[in-house]
Amino acid sequence: MKHTVSVLVQNKPGVLARTAGLFSRRGYNIESLTVGVTENEAISRMTIVVAGDDTVVEQVTKQLNKLIEVIKVSDLTKESYVDRELVLIKVTADSSNRAEIMQIVNIFRARIVDVAPKSLIIEVTGDEGKLDALISMLKQFGIKEIVRTGTLALGRGPKVIQSGKD
Amino acid sequence: MNLSGAKALMKSLECEHVDTIFGIPGGVVIPIYDELFNQEAITHYLVRHEQAAAHAADGYARATGKVGVCMATSGPGATNLVTGIATAYMDSVPLVALTGQVTTDLIGNDAFQEANITGITLPITKHSYLVHEASEIPQTIKEAFHIASTGRPGPVLVDIPKDVQTMSARFEYPKKVHLPGYQPTYEGHPGQIKRAAKAITEAHRPVIYVGGGAKISGASEEVRALAETIVAPVTMTLMGMGTLPAEHPLSLGMLGMHGTKYANYAVTESDLIIAIGARFDDRVTGKIASFAPNAKIIHIDIDPAEIGKNVRVDIPIVGDVKRVLQKLIPLLKDTHTKEWMEKVQTWKREYPLEFGETGLKPQYVVREISRLCPDAVVCTEVGQHQMWAAQYFSHRHPRNFISSGGLGTMGYGFPASIGAKIGRPDETVFDLAGDGSFTMNCQELATAVAYDVQVKVAIFNNGYLGMVRQWQELFYDRRYSQTKLSEINFVKLADAFGAHGIRVDSPSEVAPAIEEALAVPKPVIIDFRIEPEECVFPMVPAGAALNEIIDAKNGG
Repeated sequence: MKHTVSVLVQNKPGVLARTAGLFSRRGYNIESLTVGVTENEAISRMTIVVAGDDTVVEQVTKQLNKLIEVIKVSDLTKESYVDRELVLIKVTADSSNRAEIMQIVNIFRARIVDVAPKSLIIEVTGDEGKLDALISMLKQFGIKEIVRTGTLALGRGPKVIQSGKD
Repeated sequence: MNLSGAKALMKSLECEHVDTIFGIPGGVVIPIYDELFNQEAITHYLVRHEQAAAHAADGYARATGKVGVCMATSGPGATNLVTGIATAYMDSVPLVALTGQVTTDLIGNDAFQEANITGITLPITKHSYLVHEASEIPQTIKEAFHIASTGRPGPVLVDIPKDVQTMSARFEYPKKVHLPGYQPTYEGHPGQIKRAAKAITEAHRPVIYVGGGAKISGASEEVRALAETIVAPVTMTLMGMGTLPAEHPLSLGMLGMHGTKYANYAVTESDLIIAIGARFDDRVTGKIASFAPNAKIIHIDIDPAEIGKNVRVDIPIVGDVKRVLQKLIPLLKDTHTKEWMEKVQTWKREYPLEFGETGLKPQYVVREISRLCPDAVVCTEVGQHQMWAAQYFSHRHPRNFISSGGLGTMGYGFPASIGAKIGRPDETVFDLAGDGSFTMNCQELATAVAYDVQVKVAIFNNGYLGMVRQWQELFYDRRYSQTKLSEINFVKLADAFGAHGIRVDSPSEVAPAIEEALAVPKPVIIDFRIEPEECVFPMVPAGAALNEIIDAKNGG
């Protein structure tokens, strides 16, 4: 099963290497990892999607907590949360099929961000299900390149993950 | 007050009450060594290989409970520390490793003697720092010592580029650290402690299983009180030896691969395992599915990540072992262990540790050392002699058995014994060594002689990499691939370094040789020419269950 883990870390050099290194050396599989600064610029938030059963994720959480620069780890999968990913897709397109592609793009509330005589770049955000659906619809036209941000996630409701164990 | 980075480092170390450093200078740490030259508060021991600096600092730390400090230059100096750092990491030893780094403008350029040592040591340090500014030094050193010595201790590496050592910055030593992501739990959860007390009171066949965490926490008294209160047998891991004295009637000695039969039988038949500062290592549990199959498990450890890592735990208690036991013991009432203790004592009588009488037996040598210097600090290398030292030395004190347990580092014991002797100069310090292990760091004879560190080395010389040979004998049809070692004249080796050497070929020479070694005011090597194909028994084959233990009768 996939778990989406939200990790608050001190925004310091090397913290990404420490976190990612922990996954590889303990044999855990990362599906995706995103990182960026939070409302407090001294703190970054990582969203890590990891595959494994509850025991594995419990160990991941504990091991992450042992890292000095990790402030807080929270398994969002245990609660209600929103997750999003942004994908850019470059598809083969010319005048014969451009209109059809645009229709699909509209249905998915995606956007076209670049047009060239023989290609389009589509920008889309959503959860995994929506993105997979769009990608499979676009396959027939020929997908040239895909780039994905990896999953971002926040817990629903007013509760926040506090940036301090103090 | 403005100071150079190097001076700030010295001042910071002084503020941490560091008086001993093991190291070797090199190109990018000359500014630090230049400051050391003026220092009186700190004694620097110049070793002959950086690996020995790390091991000596580790031995010093284990023997004293203080933080050990080692230092090396960039590149090869730093990479030579790696085995020592990994050794300390696996056994939770508080260590601060200081390394020089190439100047900041050269970092990443593959400069001369550049190695990304913070990157290399990432998985084997509790934390590490690459210092960018001289102004960061006091805070960094403060944090490094705090992190190394608190919670579950471990090594911390501080990498300081040469230009940072020479740049000047304001010096003010911080009074406290602010690490929001690092707040170890010391107090056990009261509800969990109550649950544990209930489980203990209800148990009929409890076994107390003690690891290195009990030593680190200084919980020997509490472990003894727990055992005596509930009248339960105590078995210890290699790291836990000495927590309860070997002669104590409730002691079952070591468990696991080379543990006693009675400890392994007791664990297997137990209905409650009380694990104290131990981590259910594979050398301890044997086949995990058959480990204490009918037991509930209480696991007390300061590191939450150890709980549930290898075995399913029924009652986890995260906290400092000593404090948890202090809260737990008063809650305990009568137990029903009389029958159980009778059974355990029967096993103890039926399956004692024993060895043959032909030739010079290593077990006999260990017993003689134990008899003649019962309060000695015993360091070991890794292999057969290490197991004999664990089994046959009558361990009395918790910080007197110093051995590389987790990483199993050959070449550890001798430099560690030098560190231990420096930390506890008034005590007898023995390194029990194999001939293979000892040669891995025998250059440190020079250090021992130079500083007149009078450690006594007992080499169990069988002319083999003995533990591997034993596995080849038992499991690989006696195909002794690359385990026969060439002959070394250790008496001459000792002589060449200015130490004293003794050779022993027969049992009658053992006691006189040990007495001579203790009497000679020098580092001493005793070359015990033991039975070359002696095996360590009992033994649980790798991957077998603890009760599938073999001994010389059914295995050899």
